[in-house]
Amino acid sequence: MKIIVCVKQVPDTSGKVAVNPDGTLNRASMQTITNPDDMNAVEAALKLKDETGCKVVVVSMGPPPAMGMLRELLAMGADEGVLISGREFGGSDTYATSQIIAAGINHIGLEKDDIVMCGRQAIDGDTAQVGPQIAEKLHLPQVTYAAKIEKTGDTLTIQRMLEDGYMTIKVKTPCLITCIKELNEPRYMSVGGVFESFNKPITVFDFNTLKDDPLIDLTTIGLKGSPTNIFKSFTPPPKGVGQMLEGADKATCDGLAEILAAKHII
Amino acid sequence: MAYNSMDLAAFKDVWVFCEQREGKLMPTDFELISEGRKLADELGVKLCGLLLGDNVEGLSKELAGYGADKIILCESPLLKYYTTDAYAKVICDAIEELKPEVFLIGASNIGRDLGPRCAARLHTGLCADCTHLDVDVPKYLDFLRASSTLDIDNMKFDMEDRNLKMTRPAFGGHLMATIICPRFRPAMATVRPGVMRRAEFDQKKADAVEIVRPTVKLTAEDMHTEVVEVVKAAKKIVDLVGADFIVSVGRGISKNVEQGIKLAEDLAEALGGVVGGSRAVIDNGWLSADHQVGQTGKTVHPKVYIALGISGAIQHKAGMQDSECIIAVNTNESAPIFEIADYGICGDLFKVTPMLTEAIKAQKAAKQ
Repeated sequence: MKIIVCVKQVPDTSGKVAVNPDGTLNRASMQTITNPDDMNAVEAALKLKDETGCKVVVVSMGPPPAMGMLRELLAMGADEGVLISGREFGGSDTYATSQIIAAGINHIGLEKDDIVMCGRQAIDGDTAQVGPQIAEKLHLPQVTYAAKIEKTGDTLTIQRMLEDGYMTIKVKTPCLITCIKELNEPRYMSVGGVFESFNKPITVFDFNTLKDDPLIDLTTIGLKGSPTNIFKSFTPPPKGVGQMLEGADKATCDGLAEILAAKHII
Repeated sequence: MAYNSMDLAAFKDVWVFCEQREGKLMPTDFELISEGRKLADELGVKLCGLLLGDNVEGLSKELAGYGADKIILCESPLLKYYTTDAYAKVICDAIEELKPEVFLIGASNIGRDLGPRCAARLHTGLCADCTHLDVDVPKYLDFLRASSTLDIDNMKFDMEDRNLKMTRPAFGGHLMATIICPRFRPAMATVRPGVMRRAEFDQKKADAVEIVRPTVKLTAEDMHTEVVEVVKAAKKIVDLVGADFIVSVGRGISKNVEQGIKLAEDLAEALGGVVGGSRAVIDNGWLSADHQVGQTGKTVHPKVYIALGISGAIQHKAGMQDSECIIAVNTNESAPIFEIADYGICGDLFKVTPMLTEAIKAQKAAKQ
């Protein structure tokens, strides 16, 4: 049994975000982090490793610097890293990305008792599409928004969150699960783990590694193979400046409440 | 190449996936039907509501009343609860048979599970969490004039372009992107709940509903997950989207989280509203995820939005800047929230909030 965890290195959009004059993101000036929901997926995999002794493989598609992120995840306790990287893969939308990652997972080899885990969504795009699309490409059943996972034999019992409650779902391996923050608290790297991580393998899959997979076809990957294209990108204009009220005392608050009442807002 | 790239012209009609839970339609269904109506009119095609479930025909009229010409009804005991496998199969079968050119899905936890699965199977494009949709180019340009810093009048556009233009925030709302799916059909979009405005209900349209029933080819063997139970949350779900008054808290409550939330609750109660929170508050576990306003949370447009100790990251602003009146309290006078606030108070929320609550109570009492 092994668990393949899909992770993404993302710009940290919770901090200061720099936008170039042409409206594109100034990635060079921004910190990168491991996508937060993906950390919950890694933790879920490591928990199952603690219980069963299974192997955990972390997989990422991205440029070479993502190697550093994979090393950190190995230091947390994952066993192997795979970086899917290649010029042919650049500019892929979610559909094309899922084809490439699915081909990468095929290349690693998916056995009957394996599980694929992903974060619910990445904070740069917030689409939540790649997980389910990988599942479709690999013909795996999927359970998204997992807030609790229990494994007995080959059956997983998963609490799947809805806006107004949850569903409890049973699914057998192999399957794909997307994880949310409520699932767990990701562990930190240990000092020993950091040392060990340098003896663990990180393999790079490029176009040549994956080109024989039926999913990999230059007409269905990369910028040209993506079904969706960006038609326009733009920055929203700032809203007109409002009114700063004088002071912050009782008179200020009374004055504001008066304005709201006079305008029939309250 | 996949089948659906061969003849784009064979694809007609706008479809809306009408999500129901336990026989009740979701509010987003009506928003999407209303929006779908506009798109269908621009394209000159029919608007169809796609309704799946067990014994749900009774919901058809309500959907038609908001603008659907037709309801495509797929019923089976196996469709009683949402499962990815069953819903994706029935929907993809129906799409391959009836060939819609546009397919909209509400971006609920279920819609966001279903949409990508179907798009991957149909080999077509899906744009996530759209906040604006257009077909007609002149209308799209009006939207860009109002919502972007682009110099529209010095840019070239193909005025005959009939592609669905799907606009969504990206990078936490720092950028907006308009996405198209020019080579494949249907063009698919999930649409953020609470963004599109619901049309007036029309009883005549409701009575004139036409129902189409494609053959449902579904067996238990098609389904690889089992729904063991469906549990409604015991606590009352915060209805941020429908609220007229929202008092939201941000990182500014960190020095006394409990008290900060209590003060916000008191103010919300005085106004008859609800409490929301910024991403920081939800990420820290101070409020549950259903309170989150912003790019990854909910988009709201209440009458009054009061931001307490919220700096106003773009990702937060994306979810609340269309509020009718924004009031911000923050100790940092250069906080970005003040750029969009109608009324700003530079001060300590722990001191200002109780005074504001009392002042509002007094004004309300005086009106009665």
